[in-house]
Amino acid sequence: MAKKRVMFTFPPDKVTEPVIYQLGHQFRVVTNIRRADVAEDRGWVVLEVEGKDEDIERGLEWVASKGVLVGPVGGDVVEG
Amino acid sequence: MSFARSLRCRQCKREYPLEPLFVCEFCFGSLEVVYDYEAISKSLSRESIAAGPHNIWRYRDLLPVEAEPINMDPGFTPLLPAPNLGRALGLEQLYLKNDCMNPTWSFKDRVVAVAVSKAREFGFQAVACASTGNLANSVAAHAARAGLKAFIFVPHDLEQGKILGTAIYSPTLIAVRGNYDQVNRLCSELADRFPWAFVNINIRPYYAEGSKTLAYEVAEQLGWRAPEAVVVPVASGSLFTKVWKGLHELSQLGLIGPVGSRLFAAQALGCSPVAAAFETGKPIRPVKPDTIAKSLAIGNPADGFFVLQILKECGGQAVAVTDQEIVDGIKLLAETEGIFAETAGGVTVACLQRLVAQGAIRPTELTVALITASGLKTIEAVQDNVPPPITIDPTLASFEQEVGDRAFSAAPSPKDTGRTSHG
Repeated sequence: MAKKRVMFTFPPDKVTEPVIYQLGHQFRVVTNIRRADVAEDRGWVVLEVEGKDEDIERGLEWVASKGVLVGPVGGDVVEG
Repeated sequence: MSFARSLRCRQCKREYPLEPLFVCEFCFGSLEVVYDYEAISKSLSRESIAAGPHNIWRYRDLLPVEAEPINMDPGFTPLLPAPNLGRALGLEQLYLKNDCMNPTWSFKDRVVAVAVSKAREFGFQAVACASTGNLANSVAAHAARAGLKAFIFVPHDLEQGKILGTAIYSPTLIAVRGNYDQVNRLCSELADRFPWAFVNINIRPYYAEGSKTLAYEVAEQLGWRAPEAVVVPVASGSLFTKVWKGLHELSQLGLIGPVGSRLFAAQALGCSPVAAAFETGKPIRPVKPDTIAKSLAIGNPADGFFVLQILKECGGQAVAVTDQEIVDGIKLLAETEGIFAETAGGVTVACLQRLVAQGAIRPTELTVALITASGLKTIEAVQDNVPPPITIDPTLASFEQEVGDRAFSAAPSPKDTGRTSHG
């Protein structure tokens, strides 16, 4: 089993959707939220996702396809 | 010897040993180096610093490097009075910290010097980074000097000049096809899988400390005092937070008085998540960068939250300027002070201009603007905004016809100056 730490950032129109529940349900991964800040019009969640490599990858692609930004826990790693 | 004591989570404050760690195992918050300041205060003085080398290693007691560092002589760059630019903007005491004068012509040499030194100390055989320019140049150069392998990831559509400035040092240079988010995700995964010192990922707590030397130098070069206003270009926000930390460390150690500085965050409008959050008072919302200031194009800034905290604490502001204002800022700096800065320098000057015009920085305040990299790295940003040369035939007649009055109005006559021509 693999583990991956990620940060989800929700745009206003996605903040009310149960994306993390659906990720766990549809892709058989365990989600473990460590920190979050969610308001009525935006939010971010830092979490660990555990499961098979291919399930994690497909699951995160699905989250990104929903319009949620999936990024590294420490922010962007590409620098100037 | 280093006085670094441990790593500490910036969120939950848990402490960790000085290892290649970057994220708190408990809350996934970022880690920061903490020091034994009591011990430092017994060994460090203005005199001991003055007796040190003319590079960042004169502040070695305040850096987390134990072994002999990789030394390309970074830092101790000029702090230049800027009376002409000051007059143009309406400032009486303006100074420019010219970090174009570093070994690979950007402030990144400060952070990379610490990161690569620490990587070798930890026993890594290879260093790595993901970059659109300055960081790539510096990591490749330092790896060459340290005798380490380097893996450098760049976007596939990066300008040829920037690729050359990295490729010349013969790293393994990988151009990644994909958009900004995809490059970010790939590099984050690679950092998890390969035993490399990814300078701004698993070595980040050490890497970031190098930026403090900018604050140390400014204070020392001002005669051991903190400036009243500092304009800092903001990408990840790491430089901004470390300038703040550096000034406060000097104060804590009694090397300068209490810090009353206000820091100002300068961003490009096409990538301004910090300025937008400051403006709205809401948390940072990541953006897709779209600006000529590629060196500041970080859409999801790792330290954005901390920048906002410091702005609140010190009474500073964050502002953002358009691409045209950036170009105008680069030109104004060059025309008034003879410094050719890259786009981040244009952002700094243009934001400074805005802040003075708005009254946020007062005319008499002792102000420092950080110029972080050389314009030769981003000539494409200004190449369409400078006039072509006047082309003439090799005759006096052609010269007089094409240049004409400009020649006579620019040159004082021998009579005016009291000198005679020796043609």
